Amino acid sequence: MTLDMVQMILVTVLTAATPLIIAAIGELVVERAGVLNLGVEGMMICGAAVGFAAAIETGSTLLGALAGAGAGLGLAAVFGLLTVGLAANQVASGLALTILGLGLSGLVGTSYVGLKRDPAPHLDIPGLSDLPGVGRLLFGQDAFVYAGLTLVLGVSWFLWRTRGGLILRAIGDDHTATHALGLPVRKLRFLAVLFGGACAGLAGSYLSLAYTPFWAPAMTAGRGWIALALVVFASWRPARLVAGAILFGGATVLQLHAQAASIGLPGQVLSALPYLATIVALVLLSLGRRQGGSLAPAALGRDFTPHR
Amino acid sequence: MRLDLVPRAGRSPLAAILAPALAFLAAVLLGGVAVALLGVSPTAAFAAYFIAPLSELWSLQEIALKAAPLALIATGLAFCYRANLWNIGAEGQFVVGGLAGGCVALATQGSAGFTLWILPAMLVAGTLAGVAYAMIPAVLKVRLGVSEILTSLMLVYVAQLLLDYMSRGPLRDPAGYNFPQSVAFDAAARLPYLMEGETLHAGVLVAFAAVVLATIVLGRTLFGFEVRVVGASPRAARFAGFSEARLTLAAFAVSGGAAGLAGIAEVAGKIGQLQPTISPGYGFTAIIVAFLGRLSPPGILAAALVIALTTIGGEGAQIDLRLPLDLTRAFQGLLLGLVLGADVLTRFKVRLVPGGAR
Repeated sequence: MTLDMVQMILVTVLTAATPLIIAAIGELVVERAGVLNLGVEGMMICGAAVGFAAAIETGSTLLGALAGAGAGLGLAAVFGLLTVGLAANQVASGLALTILGLGLSGLVGTSYVGLKRDPAPHLDIPGLSDLPGVGRLLFGQDAFVYAGLTLVLGVSWFLWRTRGGLILRAIGDDHTATHALGLPVRKLRFLAVLFGGACAGLAGSYLSLAYTPFWAPAMTAGRGWIALALVVFASWRPARLVAGAILFGGATVLQLHAQAASIGLPGQVLSALPYLATIVALVLLSLGRRQGGSLAPAALGRDFTPHR
Repeated sequence: MRLDLVPRAGRSPLAAILAPALAFLAAVLLGGVAVALLGVSPTAAFAAYFIAPLSELWSLQEIALKAAPLALIATGLAFCYRANLWNIGAEGQFVVGGLAGGCVALATQGSAGFTLWILPAMLVAGTLAGVAYAMIPAVLKVRLGVSEILTSLMLVYVAQLLLDYMSRGPLRDPAGYNFPQSVAFDAAARLPYLMEGETLHAGVLVAFAAVVLATIVLGRTLFGFEVRVVGASPRAARFAGFSEARLTLAAFAVSGGAAGLAGIAEVAGKIGQLQPTISPGYGFTAIIVAFLGRLSPPGILAAALVIALTTIGGEGAQIDLRLPLDLTRAFQGLLLGLVLGADVLTRFKVRLVPGGAR
């Protein structure tokens, strides 16, 4: 295997991991604030549909991506109003969001089925992008990949190096105590939910603008759910999240290659691999932390109403 | 301005009935706006969705046939959701139930003599398969603390792929011109029709019996009481000495069994053979039904009929008014969101207060 082939594989793994990274880093912030938004799949698919539609109408990939993020943000606002504002059940509201998102994306997308456009352009720095072995990997990706990694760095910095991040994590661990300290529990939670929605929408628009540059109904194929699992798998830590996403990206690519090479296993077995891998990963993780207790934010999924 | 929630002293029973009705009304109004935006007259759409399916015998039967699996699955799910357990993999348990029961039918295909046991055996096999499949997330949760939400959902994809493989591979009808489906079941392996020459089959009765049984179990037995206490106050349940692990397994078994039974009832009733897809998303729609029915079996029965009505209406609207099927799904998601929001009104008084957010 030559160096260039290794690079080829790494590039495809990273592209497969990017939507997971972007969606999961948003959900990580949401869950760190103590809110469980199960609607990632719905926000993602809406981002894919709206992003593609906007890109076709305006001809601009950037506007498409922004519109996709906006669609996710809009759905997240509905979720935030329900769960943070009205203290509705978070699990059920998240499921409602997924179903609503799948339906809305179908409505938006109907007139765009079968259309194609060029995938988002890749970075091309003369000299650097052609470096043997690493050029394509480091300097030849599309903007989404760099945006995803920047998001991860930004979120890490925010959560552990700023006062706002400290408050957000504190709210996620104990909303009663932080409320008693006079901290804006519901406001920060709502903002976190909005951020998570925008990330999910952006991740969705990556799918329809760069990964497979067309719109197909239900094209997220469970990636939103895998992003949710990734957050658990990463123990709510950004660096581990990237590692996990690359692992899952690898599983996806492996499955595609195995399918192409027809190694004798039925295609359905290979298609089931990412889902089985998710379960196995969650099991292994919980085996590994038997002594340590749960690492989840303590107030995750519990609703909060300020009383006097 | 900020939104303040003031707890009510007790839940008013009137509000408990009014809240979902109001949510339904709001969803219909918003749906009307969406329909108008799509360039169709809202009144015509309303008639197509809610009136037309009620006007003919065949569509009334279709509503009952759609409502039966929804009510059956949602009733099982109510046990989980009441106990704050989140089985969202009913779709997978449905598929596995249909597959297992279907295998019994195919294994006994063409057997002569006494065949009266075949159908009950199929129903039992489907139920047990659903229970077994639901045990995977339940055991992982009890033993290892793995989130049941994610595992149950992931297993849906696995179950769908398994059925896809089986009906294209080992169970395919060899004389079926390569169509991805099994042979048609014998008459002994089919649920009997309730009326001569019509489509309504006995699966509807199975679902109705399950709803009645669940009403009694949830309201009148110790198990039902435990489920309700664990959901309302986990601390109180621990003080009372209820085993959380045992309850988790039991609630998952009930919901998985109900979904599995619904699956084999669909295969032995409407479909009559195994094919790559046996469910138009019943397991997910049932989640809406469960909450719309406020997690009580009689409410679920009513909610299942309403959701079935809109689904059949949606199919009619697609043909007559060219309204996309996704509109129905969006409507159902919207409805669930509104029901959950309206539920807050039964627990809290909502006030807008001047001042900053908190």
